[in-house]
Amino acid sequence: MSEVLDVAVRLVAVLAAFLVLPLAVGQAEHKVMAHMQSRLGPMYAGGFHGWLQLVADGVKFVQKEDTVPAAADRTIFRLAPGIALVPYLVALVAVPIGPGLVGQDLDLGLFFVLAVMSVGVVGTLMAGWASANKYALLGGMRTAAQLLAYELPFVLAAASVAMAAGTLSLTGIVDAWEPWWLLWQLPGAIVFFVAGLAELARPPFDMPVADSEIVFGPYTEYGGLRFAFFLLAEYAGIVLLCALTAVLFLGGWKGPWSGEIGWIWTLAKTMALALVVIWFRVAFPRLREDQLQRLAWTVLVPLALAQLALTGVIAVL
Amino acid sequence: MSDYFSGYLVVAILIALGVVFVASAFAANRLIRPNAPTVEKLTTYECGVDPVGEGWAQTHLRYYIYAYLFVVFAVDAVYLFPWATVFAAPGYGVTTLVEMGVFLGFLAVGIVYAWRKGVLRWT
Repeated sequence: MSEVLDVAVRLVAVLAAFLVLPLAVGQAEHKVMAHMQSRLGPMYAGGFHGWLQLVADGVKFVQKEDTVPAAADRTIFRLAPGIALVPYLVALVAVPIGPGLVGQDLDLGLFFVLAVMSVGVVGTLMAGWASANKYALLGGMRTAAQLLAYELPFVLAAASVAMAAGTLSLTGIVDAWEPWWLLWQLPGAIVFFVAGLAELARPPFDMPVADSEIVFGPYTEYGGLRFAFFLLAEYAGIVLLCALTAVLFLGGWKGPWSGEIGWIWTLAKTMALALVVIWFRVAFPRLREDQLQRLAWTVLVPLALAQLALTGVIAVL
Repeated sequence: MSDYFSGYLVVAILIALGVVFVASAFAANRLIRPNAPTVEKLTTYECGVDPVGEGWAQTHLRYYIYAYLFVVFAVDAVYLFPWATVFAAPGYGVTTLVEMGVFLGFLAVGIVYAWRKGVLRWT
């Protein structure tokens, strides 16, 4: 009985993290972006610095009319937001935030998370196709092309950590982690983070939703709750990417007093990386489609291969 | 059932939980949203102007070539993972590393080939 209860508590915790952390990142984005651009951001909802803004947005989305364009492929159009969202929830189950503090410690954790994370893109591709909208179709294709280009450096950089730790379990990787990996795995960390950003289509890799040329890409025809789910998927993706980067490359819960406050370290590292994601959005202009592909194939992939070679040589010698 | 698979049972439960979450959100949405479709409302929005022609227009996707590159490399990259967990274990060592070096060398030559062929840039 206690085992069932234990699983239930873990699953509820994963679901809660999935619903709360993306909102925290979204709220941070509102305010941090505003300050970086010398403006206020939302200030009224809730009284104090607009802290209820996201809740108000949520209420608005939930009670908005649901329009599915008559020309659209209706079934796929309706399914797409769910398929974009659920993989990020499922991937979160294998990410540990402290020793033993994990939804489910899987032996193949790293492989599982990488595989499941990529499924979300299928939702975006479905949205782009089903919208029966030329811009949405272009945006969907760009998303797919972006996944194809950046998945490889992403996976190679992750493999480098697996080589260094000798295990695919995320908990095992953190246990094996030592501070000097910060230097040893630095190229891999950069490749992993940048490629992850590109997979999430976050600025400066937001070509698929480039508003100045293809309106809002695959999400153009969406409104209400379905649109909100795509947004939630984007922010859940940020949380997942940052948590993964923290666990793989920054030592997860390791830090001073990690015995007592380990999980705070993981969350702090995750949130610090999320701030970097937001910072990127403000700091860099959007890459053009060909620049984006060239960055992946001629910079990130060779860099990731070099990191693999370096990791292999040092681990064996 | 062994512990190994019971771990994935938890994953299956979570997938079910996710589906229930999405389904119940849409059910709640159905209860509280208005529903008053008109012909204009159901027109494809596109860029705000009435759409011309149909939505599934033909375009030249120049990046289809990357899909080929990707399939080759991603299938190869999968082999890295089982190898990564054992290559530094006692009894493997340098030989294993050199073998993987040869493997990655082939990957690298593939990229260099595509690069030299001018596949990686377009005008």
